[in-house]
Amino acid sequence: MEKMPKWADVVLIPLISLLLATILSALVILAIGENPIEAVNLMVTGALGSTYGWGYTLYYATNFMFTGLAVAVAFHARMFNIGGEGQAMLGGLGVAIVCLYVPWPHWSIALLAACAASMIFGAAWAAIPAYLQAKRGSHIVITTIMFNFIAAALLNYMLVNVMRPQGSQDPATARFPEAVHLPTFQSMFSTAENIVFRGAPANISFFVAILACFVVWALIWRTRLGYELRAYGHSETGAVYAGISPVRITIIAMLISGALAGLMATNNVMGEAERLVLNSTEGAGFIGIAVALMGRSHPFGVFLAAILFGFLYQGGAELALWTSIPRELIVVIQALVILFTGALDNMVRMPLEKLFLSLRKEAE
Amino acid sequence: MTVPAIELKGISKAFGPVQANKDISISVAPGTIHGIIGENGAGKSTLMSILYGFYKANKGEIWIKGTKTDIPDSQAAIASGIGMVFQHFKLVENFTVLENIVLGAEDGGLLAPSLSKARKELKDLEEEYELFVDPDKRIDEIGVGMQQRVEILKALYRKAEILILDEPTGVLTPAEADQLFRILDRLRAEGKTIIVITHKLREIMENTDTVSVMRRGQMTATVKTNETSPEELAELMVGRKVLLQVDKVPAQPGKPILEVENLRVFDSAGVERVKGIDLNVRAGEILGIAGVAGNGQSELLEVLGGMRPGQGTIRLNGAPLALSGAGSDGQARRAQHIAHVPEDRQREGLIMDFHAWENVAFGYHRDPAYQRGIFMDNAALRADTEAKIEKFDVRPPDAWLAAKSFSGGNQQKIVVAREIERNPDLLLVGQPTRGVDIGAIEFIHKQIVALRDQGKAILLVSVELEEIFSLSDRIAVMFDGHVMGERLPHETDEKELGLLMAGVAGEAA
Repeated sequence: MEKMPKWADVVLIPLISLLLATILSALVILAIGENPIEAVNLMVTGALGSTYGWGYTLYYATNFMFTGLAVAVAFHARMFNIGGEGQAMLGGLGVAIVCLYVPWPHWSIALLAACAASMIFGAAWAAIPAYLQAKRGSHIVITTIMFNFIAAALLNYMLVNVMRPQGSQDPATARFPEAVHLPTFQSMFSTAENIVFRGAPANISFFVAILACFVVWALIWRTRLGYELRAYGHSETGAVYAGISPVRITIIAMLISGALAGLMATNNVMGEAERLVLNSTEGAGFIGIAVALMGRSHPFGVFLAAILFGFLYQGGAELALWTSIPRELIVVIQALVILFTGALDNMVRMPLEKLFLSLRKEAE
Repeated sequence: MTVPAIELKGISKAFGPVQANKDISISVAPGTIHGIIGENGAGKSTLMSILYGFYKANKGEIWIKGTKTDIPDSQAAIASGIGMVFQHFKLVENFTVLENIVLGAEDGGLLAPSLSKARKELKDLEEEYELFVDPDKRIDEIGVGMQQRVEILKALYRKAEILILDEPTGVLTPAEADQLFRILDRLRAEGKTIIVITHKLREIMENTDTVSVMRRGQMTATVKTNETSPEELAELMVGRKVLLQVDKVPAQPGKPILEVENLRVFDSAGVERVKGIDLNVRAGEILGIAGVAGNGQSELLEVLGGMRPGQGTIRLNGAPLALSGAGSDGQARRAQHIAHVPEDRQREGLIMDFHAWENVAFGYHRDPAYQRGIFMDNAALRADTEAKIEKFDVRPPDAWLAAKSFSGGNQQKIVVAREIERNPDLLLVGQPTRGVDIGAIEFIHKQIVALRDQGKAILLVSVELEEIFSLSDRIAVMFDGHVMGERLPHETDEKELGLLMAGVAGEAA
């Protein structure tokens, strides 16, 4: 028997967790002598109060959707892919190569090519830990986290020694040609009289992310591969019984996961920076873990959680800009949200389950 | 009337909405063996956990020797003279017998004085109850029967007056079980009170003084053993009349379907578990493999089912099967018309978090009938599930329920339905009724016999001798990776099979 209704599991628990995180954050802000209500106000207006704010919130959310989906797919096969960061960096490398060295007639074709390249690069980076896990039993958590460092070092080398334009002091590639610049929300939604999303980085890859949510949903719940992936995730011995090869599923799940993480580069590298810079991922690979946890590994949950974290990122930046609340404290607030929604899930879940059980008993 | 050794008055315990125990009262006279019998999930284990202080009852009282006693934890249970022998022993494998007995009952910080004191007391106990074990052997060096004695000694060392044994014969050979009951007789003669929890009717009938029957959390009856019959107890357990024997006509064996020659299987640690066996199963017959758990039967099933590589020759309908590498996995076996009801339905046969309708495809999910383009045809799957649920009387009849929400018997019905409805040439069946209630056992046995009567070959592995006897047309006994011999069920008895199961060779079959 289910312990509580599905809506409580999917909606109520994250909301309560979020509320607790907010209360604790408010106490922290209070403790350093700032006004928490004003701070929340500032975050909300900064992130959601204008199309400019939304443009940033959705830009960040796009990154988190890709990495969140990446973590979620691996979760379904009971693997913890902490390597989203490195896979997204490699995806950026793929995007940069495609954009810089091929003359594209139009951004739309370039976007398709960039999607393919970023997925291939991200998947390739995930393939090695996947192979090591499947064939050699090296734990995926250890190997993917090490591969994040290797990716950073590789990117450093590529940017400093190979891809940096002659004479530039900046460890970054040249700007991508005009033809591959993606349409931003500003160019997509503004009219002559009314300019919206002015200067904000949100771009068309937001819709690529939404498409990815749908594709992942269909893959996990509507295809045979998704069936095998979930079966393997629930029980490895069960998978062996059913003739599902653990080696094959491990590798395929990680390839898909890596490809999704890599796809993030279409947003941050191609859509926003329009060149490849050092540390372009800015920790989005790790936020993806929290997003997948909070979204309960469901693409729709990932979508919502990504927007929440986009809000926290943008709101946090506004807070740092307009108050004397230090930047570090904003990281603390973000960490509290991750802690409550991800790690402390059971703290809210268990009392709530008890409550629902006793309510049901009374009803009987 | 003497003061009861232990008396429960109106014990109730609920886990959320599930009423595990409901107003249970029993009274056990000192110096008797009292059986508690009931199906899985009837609440026997919950009741014993309350007695041993693992759970707290919502209502009710426990009286020990005429005194009302609170048992908040296991320490209190031990202090009031209750000793418990669990189904799964709680022993430290790489400690000696003596160290295990002392563990948790040491005096002071130094080990040596406790050990020498224990050694002396152990000697007295052994002599008093004729419970001989070598105190200096490590647990992993002694057999299961011996380990159980250590558990009993542990309880006696802690001055237990009331001994509770939970499914004590589950892992024993028939001979070891007989020895156990001799020990219990002896303990009873010395004035100890013994409570045995089991689902085996025969043990209850042969060894207890009184018996209580539990059904769905309630105590349905307490009767004197010599005034009842197995049929009456079974009916009390299930709540309706039950056929204890399977009705079947004599087998009409046809051509050999499965031939196994010199099969060897190594486990993942490289230990040889099946040591060159020969077997065959013909069309229209059930070959039962008897044996104590862990003598290579599981590995045999796993190789046949494509879950594990092996060496040697296996032929199906005369054609050799791949035993390792490509073409040896579960998918290949299914394509060759081998169906498999695995030993462990919770870890292998079902995905517990999947809906019933997802589980009905498990293993056959690549069947073209379940595909629609690049997607799975979930509607077809659900229709198929509805049909199987109806035909196999799965309760509750809800295709959307997760496998874990069904009772053990209904879970097994889902697995059996899935495998039998494939109309296989060979059906592998491992422990088909483990953890399954009597009503469902009857049903599942009927289905297996019906498949046999359609001329299919069936390989049955079970540790329950009763099941082996009632289903098999031929019996092979495995011990230590060898087939010790083959017998016909009407030409042998439990005693002879018990000897073979213990590795005592009979004349070659």
